[in-house]
Amino acid sequence: MSRPVIDLIAPRFWNTIFLAGVAALIAVPLALILGIFAALFRNSVFDRTVNVVSLSAISFPEFFISYLLILLFASIWTIFPSLANISTEMTLGERLKVTALPVATLVLITLAHMMRMTRAAITNLMASPYIEMAQLKGVSPIKVIVSHALPNAWAPIATVISFNLAYLVVGVVVVEIVFIYPGVGQLMVDAVTTRDIPVVQACALVFASAYILLNLIADIIGIVTNPRILHPK
Amino acid sequence: MAATAQFRVSRSRWEILVLELSKAPVSAWFGLVVILIYCVVAILAPLLAPYGEAEIVSTPFVPWSWEHKFGTDQIGRDIFSRLVYGARNTMGIAVITTVLSFFIGGTLGLIAAILGGWLDQFVSRVVDAIMAIPSLIFALMLLAIFGSNVVSLIVIIAVLDSTRVFRLTRAVSLNVVVMEFVEAATLRGEGLHWIMRREILPNILPPLAAEFGLRFSFVFLTIAALSFLGLGIQPPTADWGSMVRENASLIQFAQFDLKTALTPIIPAATIGLLTVAVNMVVDWFLHKSSGLKS
Repeated sequence: MSRPVIDLIAPRFWNTIFLAGVAALIAVPLALILGIFAALFRNSVFDRTVNVVSLSAISFPEFFISYLLILLFASIWTIFPSLANISTEMTLGERLKVTALPVATLVLITLAHMMRMTRAAITNLMASPYIEMAQLKGVSPIKVIVSHALPNAWAPIATVISFNLAYLVVGVVVVEIVFIYPGVGQLMVDAVTTRDIPVVQACALVFASAYILLNLIADIIGIVTNPRILHPK
Repeated sequence: MAATAQFRVSRSRWEILVLELSKAPVSAWFGLVVILIYCVVAILAPLLAPYGEAEIVSTPFVPWSWEHKFGTDQIGRDIFSRLVYGARNTMGIAVITTVLSFFIGGTLGLIAAILGGWLDQFVSRVVDAIMAIPSLIFALMLLAIFGSNVVSLIVIIAVLDSTRVFRLTRAVSLNVVVMEFVEAATLRGEGLHWIMRREILPNILPPLAAEFGLRFSFVFLTIAALSFLGLGIQPPTADWGSMVRENASLIQFAQFDLKTALTPIIPAATIGLLTVAVNMVVDWFLHKSSGLKS
């Protein structure tokens, strides 16, 4: 009996998009805000704490963070389910509750890098003469960052965000396995174990196109926010 | 203040090392000590482990006790012994993979930078193509084709990872290739091998050394992730990634016995600790070689 690969992938594809999408919707704004604050209060206690936490989040494997979250919030303090068993008849609220821990893991592993790069991009710009000019005019620190530094920082930030969303696409594989979430990542790992090449090919195609598409979007945002790139000297 | 001529004190390499270490920040010291401990454990594994690597010594899932420090796993193997042997297996494979990846990427990068032309273009475009696909996905695809065993794991990860080494080596070598001493060497008729090894390599060592640390931690995490997915190092070989997965179900007993529930977290934490340590040493090294003060 043979069945088309698309029947296997299609329902799982939307599950994976849901998981990665919710994680991105939380991680991106949070990373921007934390990054801006870290740049605003450079070398303060807040900056250093965020720095240390984000450095360790980058260094630890995804499954360490997910099992730690399971231990804390599903086993010791049972507020979230440890298995993200999602089905089609669930309401959005139920879905969000069931996927809370996998989403939290993905947010933690992508947040750190995005936040550090936002901070670095803004810190770099803060050293340029036009920012000093604005500061000397007496513009408030928040306004300096939001309306003077940020417009020029969009291009590097967009690159990092899309790079991390692409990383999210890969991180989803491990996280889906930990939480037994019915997504494309789990399908792919199962297919590799059984050496089901057509399914592996299809899954790889899905992940690779998502990765390339995100990188393309970053380039476009970079060009739109900084038209100088289009006119090399 | 009378300015007197200072003799330059000549120091041996060992003295320079000691001097640099005494000025190193706490984080670098922490990193070095952790890496040293891991290496000692990996080398002396048979002496330190109370039981054999795949030896079934007790009933399954025995809680923490004096005989079995971290209990036993799902078929009754001592977890502490497997952790100790895991240091040797997981780190050994990661080191071999990184060395292989540097050999491939470094050689190709140097050749591409020196010869240039169509060869450079060809290798660079192939590398671009490989890097367009996320490496974990690419690795999964290749593992499905070649089957998951240790040799194909090492070769696949090394080849995928050598793309980044190639880019770095090529970029830093291009700055050195244009120097006069390389031209002098070419003019006096030195071969490709001499120019690679004696003229360019010594000048690009600091960035490559730092990259080695970063690549090692990346390779280490990738192999741990693949083993965790059951596609890397195969049982009964003790390995930290697969140990996490095998004992994961113990987490649900946290309310009754916290120590048992911590068992699957320990191998994952040992992976993370090593990566943090390597990153700290690399940070310090980059800081030193970039020549920044304070």
